[in-house]
Amino acid sequence: MSHLFPNVQWETMWAATSETLYMTGVAVAVTFVLGLILGLLLFLTSKGNVWENKLANAVISAFVNIFRSIPFIILIILLIPFTKAIVGTILGANAALPALIIGAAPFYARMVEIALREIDKGVIEAAKAMGATTTTIIWKVLVPESLPALVSGITVTAIALVGYTAMAGVVGAGGLGNLAYLEGFQRNHNDVTLVATVLILVIVFIIQFIGDFVTSKIDKR
Amino acid sequence: MKPLITLEHVTKVYPTGRGNVTAVNDVSLHIREGEIFGIIGYSGAGKSSLIRLLNGLEKPTSGQVLVAGKDIGKISGKELRQARQEIGMIFQHFNLLWSRTVRENIAFPLEIAGVPKKERLKRADELIQLVGLQGRENAYPSQLSGGQKQRVGIARALANNPKVLLCDEATSALDPQTTDSILELLVDINKRLGLTIVLITHEMHVIRKICDRVAVMENGKVVEEGEVLHVFQRPQQMITKRFVQQITEPEETKETIAHLLDQYPTGKVVQFAFAGSVTERPLIAELIRNFDVKINILQGKISQTHQGSYGVLFVHIDGSHEEVAKAIDYVRQQQVVVEVMTHESLIS
Ligand SMILES: Nc1ncnc2c1ncn2[C@@H]1O[C@H](COP(=O)(O)OP(=O)(O)OP(=O)(O)O)[C@@H](O)[C@H]1O
Ligand SMILES: [Mg+2]
Repeated sequence: MSHLFPNVQWETMWAATSETLYMTGVAVAVTFVLGLILGLLLFLTSKGNVWENKLANAVISAFVNIFRSIPFIILIILLIPFTKAIVGTILGANAALPALIIGAAPFYARMVEIALREIDKGVIEAAKAMGATTTTIIWKVLVPESLPALVSGITVTAIALVGYTAMAGVVGAGGLGNLAYLEGFQRNHNDVTLVATVLILVIVFIIQFIGDFVTSKIDKR
Repeated sequence: MKPLITLEHVTKVYPTGRGNVTAVNDVSLHIREGEIFGIIGYSGAGKSSLIRLLNGLEKPTSGQVLVAGKDIGKISGKELRQARQEIGMIFQHFNLLWSRTVRENIAFPLEIAGVPKKERLKRADELIQLVGLQGRENAYPSQLSGGQKQRVGIARALANNPKVLLCDEATSALDPQTTDSILELLVDINKRLGLTIVLITHEMHVIRKICDRVAVMENGKVVEEGEVLHVFQRPQQMITKRFVQQITEPEETKETIAHLLDQYPTGKVVQFAFAGSVTERPLIAELIRNFDVKINILQGKISQTHQGSYGVLFVHIDGSHEEVAKAIDYVRQQQVVVEVMTHESLIS
């Protein structure tokens, strides 16, 4: 092992891996909640729905579109003052979280909105005809009926987030991207870069596998 | 009997980009408790708009909608949601939740009504029995046939023991045999539970098979209304005649009659429309015995309606002018509607 990868310090490698997993995990969880809320608001305020409101829809839509369009690396830089204010530092795994979440949540929100629009209007109407409240419609119709799409959406988002963490690593956030950049690229240790890349790929494959598995389990259509 | 559903001068206007659409235009209706009331009309007549006014999915632009004593057009919020629990609805495309099993779909309105879980499951199983879906409790909608899906829809609509069942083209997506079985189920439920059913359709067969009374809609207006048998026998409006013909006259009949009119220059080709017990009388034999006429039966058909049988007979009556007229008069006195066919009357 040490013959094949002379420069790889496995302990550091595992630490970087768990940092990447930590950043991705927390960011995915928060993105899921925030994106779901934003996506629901986008859907419910759109035309013909329960909270139809042109102004609110336009505002949320603009917010989502702006943050979805800013390239991630620029978003990190733009958010430096914000990150400093709420995390206290711009280094380390936690410092990457604001940018990761703000970058991914709007992206996911659009996917949530599209998933909700796919739901048959008739089913929502049937629930209304039964006397359901809007809360009931959200939790017992909209979310369960779009769940496979919500899960496959969060899978895609999680994979994008793994990539984001690597980028954030370059700017000092830690994790495999950081290791590959500092140890692998700057000190010219190609074996470190290779191992870090393989680990990132493994993480991506595992996420994809879990996502596909869950989607197929819950899709009863 | 006092009506369970009353519509007084109800109008529904949809504002659209290109002006207003009046989907329901000054409709007044009284639907009695326990009856099966049908509304028939062509596409775009405003049937769906009308039925959706009955459970507040649409608000009337003007007029009053009363269902079981509640002013559906005026109430909102909690009061409306509670009123809706007393009004079941089934749909053309079933509108089941695909993420739930049959049992869970049926239990859904009970969840909405806040029924405890144990009772919900018990009630769901009763309803599964009622609609004949035993053994399919744990299936998902995607594993069911159209007819079975509609049974789930019916069970779901009945879960909260509603007073009224609204059916929006409930059989239009089903094949004729499945349609019949669903219609039978509706009649069964109507009898057993005394449930009032309002259904809309564009098929006269549905009206014939199960309705007590019918309203005909055209361009947002109710143009004709009455007992099904009566409307079948004496359709007044052109559109109603056309709907009745869906049942009494197969397409080729018109051609046949036109041909016969040419073939028999003397005498008359007449249509007898009779209902109820008259269908069982040997009317033709009586005519031949009592009048000096020759009778040639061209075509006949008896259909069963929910209220009794209804028949149409086309005959050619030949003889002297006077005898033919007397014979026709005699038939008219027997509660039979007689129409003398001419080329003009065939155009409709
Ligand atoms: N939400 C709406 N907004 C605007 N116009 C509508 C709306 N719903 C219905 N309409 C219009 O109202 C008229 C009546 O429609 P409705 O759906 O009630 O007819 P229908 O008799 O049920 O027809 P179908 O047999 O095709 O279902 C149509 O011209 C339709 O385009
Ligand atoms: Mg319709």
